[in-house]
Amino acid sequence: MKTTPVLSVQGLSKRYGPGCPQCSSGSNLDAQSNDCRSCGTVYALQDVSFEVHDGEVLGIVGESGSGKSTILNCLYFDTEPTSGKAYLADHEEGRVSIWEGSGQVRRGIRNHLLGKVYQNPMLGLRMQFSSVANIAEKMIAADIRNVAQMESRARVLLEHTRIPTHRMKVSPKHFSGGMQQRVQIAKALSNEPPILLLDEVTTGLDLSVQARVLDLIKQIRRDLDVAMVLVSHDLGVIRMLADRTIVMLGGRVVESGLTDQILEDPQHAYTQELVYSLL
Amino acid sequence: MTAQGNQHFAFLDEGSKREIRRATLKAIAIPGYQVPFASREMPIARGWGTGGLQLTLALIGPDDVLKVIDQGTDESVNAVNIKKLVQATTGVRATESTHDATLIQSRHRIPDVPLRADQILVLQVPIPEPLRFVEPREEVTRRLHAERDYSGAYLMLFEQIMRHGHVTSGADHPVMVEDRYVMAPSPIPRIDNPKLHQAEALVLLGAGREKKIYAVPPHTNVASLDFEDYPFHVEDMSGRACHQCGADGVFMDEIQDEQTGETVFLCNDTSACLERMNASGDRI
Repeated sequence: MKTTPVLSVQGLSKRYGPGCPQCSSGSNLDAQSNDCRSCGTVYALQDVSFEVHDGEVLGIVGESGSGKSTILNCLYFDTEPTSGKAYLADHEEGRVSIWEGSGQVRRGIRNHLLGKVYQNPMLGLRMQFSSVANIAEKMIAADIRNVAQMESRARVLLEHTRIPTHRMKVSPKHFSGGMQQRVQIAKALSNEPPILLLDEVTTGLDLSVQARVLDLIKQIRRDLDVAMVLVSHDLGVIRMLADRTIVMLGGRVVESGLTDQILEDPQHAYTQELVYSLL
Repeated sequence: MTAQGNQHFAFLDEGSKREIRRATLKAIAIPGYQVPFASREMPIARGWGTGGLQLTLALIGPDDVLKVIDQGTDESVNAVNIKKLVQATTGVRATESTHDATLIQSRHRIPDVPLRADQILVLQVPIPEPLRFVEPREEVTRRLHAERDYSGAYLMLFEQIMRHGHVTSGADHPVMVEDRYVMAPSPIPRIDNPKLHQAEALVLLGAGREKKIYAVPPHTNVASLDFEDYPFHVEDMSGRACHQCGADGVFMDEIQDEQTGETVFLCNDTSACLERMNASGDRI
């Protein structure tokens, strides 16, 4: 059976710098740091393609600097990709790349079709605003102009993310890291997006809080059936959540497949190293 | 007072006036859009009405009749000094009557007397950017305006409702102009916001420190931002009457008599108050 993917990324590349004849042919690239020895251009992503299907969790693993977060930044329009196309099933029936859209179109996609949880809550939340306003922001952006409606939706989401609702008017800067992360998740879910982008959501949290956030993500997946792209360098998180996984190295996808397969029987030398270094 | 011999008419050189007028024309052509302009050094400090003053000086002609108001009064220091400066460099006639004036420069009030089509109102603006509180970067706010992304402005109001149960903007309540640009109406009380909607007179707004000019041309739709279940409302002046002229329903100041402890209300627009008293002819 073949289904249309909810998200399809094709040939995504991101280059920082002008590029020169030597590095564009790929001959002059430093294999480790991925930059050109003569012009200094960094190749953050090179020809990355993948698909995410309905209700599926796609894991992206790789070491720091391998381009994991850059993929999510490009998808959420935080970074402009150099080339490539991305299709969302819910945007123009998947026929027009999201990166062809104007600022207005992109904002519509961001507010209606995507939700993102940043590794650093400072990036995803407005720390001087209350938690409920943070969650309402996406709904306001989606042209909802009814305070009671937004407040009750925020209440449901906060209950869902297990933040006591009597603290909904407190700004997230007074919350712990784990709570901030859960407010971010509530915000990302506010417009019921079909796709959730999760960037290292558990990094920096202690183990019990990590477990709670992971539980929440599992529960959301079960209850709401959203597709997720999950970036992590933690193989434990990937093993627990991801159905399929792609392995990144130096801005390229070096291996992809079912998570179990990749973790039990890694093919690429780097993946083998990664799996065997798991404590 | 007349213009001094070696002083150029209306202080500014003709090149400066032309640049300010050009920015003004663009502002009128795009209602609510903030047009950048080369704000000059003025003989008053930035933040004391230099934006309004430059508009006034660029627009004024020998036949104009000038009125300057500072928070409703013609006699406060700021108003008097600006009036003196314009008079000294132009020799135009000044007035306190809103009816007689052709050009009105105002700080933080729109006169209670409805303006006519042959009048221009110039408002002084401290912070022209309605989104500044949610987004400090000018580069970003310009893009938000270009893309008509005003969720930040609504977010501010939403946050006020969440924290205080109602919208707390005392003055400078943001407005949507012609369903396109969200605009800071300058720190006028909310009671003045509806006066911008479908006004007869041209309203120009100048921010000298922030180097922006914007405008609400006559007969423009201006709507104050609000939510469906929290509609925009003006200050409640019910149960108050001016101690001097007896007017009600206008914006009033609360004055406390320190000796008796008695609280009275006075019209904020002093010239309108004076006119009402003259018409009735009985008190003071």
